[in-house]
Amino acid sequence: MTTARYWREVPQRFRLEAAKCSKCGKVFFPPRLICDACKHREFEQVNLSDEGEILSYTIIHTPPSNFSDEAPYAMAVVRLGGDANVLTQVVDCDFDDLKVGGKVRVEFRRIQEDGKSGVLQYGYKCVLAD
Amino acid sequence: MRDVAVIGVGINKWGELWEHSLRNIFVDAALKAIDDAGVDHVDSMYVGCMTSGLFVGQEHLSSLFTDYMGLNPIPATRVESACASGGVAFRSAIMEVASGMSDVVLAGGVEKMNDLDGGGVTFALATASDQEYEAYNGITFPGLYALMARAHMEKYGTTREQLAHVAVKNHANGVLNPDAQFPMKITVDTVLNSVEVADPLRLMDCSPVTDGAAALIVCPLDMASKFSKATPVRVAASTMGTDTIALHSRSDLTFLNSTATAAEKAYAMAGVGPRDIDVTEVHDCFTIAEICVTEALGYFEKGQGGAAAEAGATARDGEFPVNPSGGLKSKGHPVGATGVAQVVEIVKQLRGDAGERQIKGVKRGLTQNMGGTGGSSVVHILEAV
Repeated sequence: MTTARYWREVPQRFRLEAAKCSKCGKVFFPPRLICDACKHREFEQVNLSDEGEILSYTIIHTPPSNFSDEAPYAMAVVRLGGDANVLTQVVDCDFDDLKVGGKVRVEFRRIQEDGKSGVLQYGYKCVLAD
Repeated sequence: MRDVAVIGVGINKWGELWEHSLRNIFVDAALKAIDDAGVDHVDSMYVGCMTSGLFVGQEHLSSLFTDYMGLNPIPATRVESACASGGVAFRSAIMEVASGMSDVVLAGGVEKMNDLDGGGVTFALATASDQEYEAYNGITFPGLYALMARAHMEKYGTTREQLAHVAVKNHANGVLNPDAQFPMKITVDTVLNSVEVADPLRLMDCSPVTDGAAALIVCPLDMASKFSKATPVRVAASTMGTDTIALHSRSDLTFLNSTATAAEKAYAMAGVGPRDIDVTEVHDCFTIAEICVTEALGYFEKGQGGAAAEAGATARDGEFPVNPSGGLKSKGHPVGATGVAQVVEIVKQLRGDAGERQIKGVKRGLTQNMGGTGGSSVVHILEAV
């Protein structure tokens, strides 16, 4: 991954920066240029909550090549603070403790790396909160 | 708009075609369609292909395929909508004929997937998801459909066994299809005991990695007898719907809005309802997909697709026969070819040419082809003339 491509997404991956439509209030992660609900084009910057709830989850046993060292690992659709959903890994947990409706907390973690000497890529993962 | 008919179909035996190249796989199926129609020329061509660039490093398929078909200098267009690329190619050909721009148009689809290793294939397919916000975090396509499956199970009580019944039924159909990649009977236990891929989905919930192609010839309905001796099949509806690229952005992870929208429009265009459809080919890339699709098409109430599959409602002798070809699960899923091959099957069924898997008395068929997790869906309704 090129440095420019990685740095472009840093506000979202490091700080969960989202955009709230200044007309209808819908929150978008990542930010976008036009609201899909009311078609308004002005937004205020907000940060997603770092606490959320699992809406669905899976255990990946057959990973993509760049995650081959990590399988099996859990991934979940998580609703953060009732505002917006993210798809993220759920780590440091016993898979049996995962459940729909389970509470999670976001942590800043390493996501992947480019080869043996490549750039380390960071972002958000979740841990169980209860 | 002019009424459009399909007058030729072509498909080859799908599978791991080590001895055949991308170009030869496509040209073989396309020539079969031309021979089947008996046309002496083609005015224009559309090719559905998801990512030949990643699979074999080849783009610019318009030139490659017209060249190797001996069709230069006709116009050709490659279209891409992930796994719905084939359906979009067919739709594009229909629109070109309906508009009056061309009379005889070839719509083909192809994918050569087995030249990459497993990790490479998983990566290539994951490009149909949101690269920065889904794939970046480590998800796979089986993983995304597993998230849909878990949500469906939680919300509606759909069971692991009900998912397995979709695979069992489609493999039973595929046994009767000489072009299928995996024409073998399986049981619910085969599915439940297969390798875990993305919990709750196992290997036998997933469609395979396939090399293959399929092709169609379309022309104006009122010119069909001029160009061809083949029995024409009328295109009664051609529609498409879209939805968010990221699965997690949807308010309901279990419902395929793009399919529901395309289906609603298709029923209106054809002047029919779900109960008027005699035979259906849907995009069962994973067992849960067929369940969600049959609900979005209005065949079953939301949440009832699993129970319906278990009860046999989608079997060849059921109320809504779904995937008599074996579906993606047994026939194979060369992603760009799938949407075209679905139409090949429905045309064969409507002509009465489907051999051992022929469903009796069918007059109207529907195809549903889907990209990604349903970010795009194409629906066609075809009728015997």
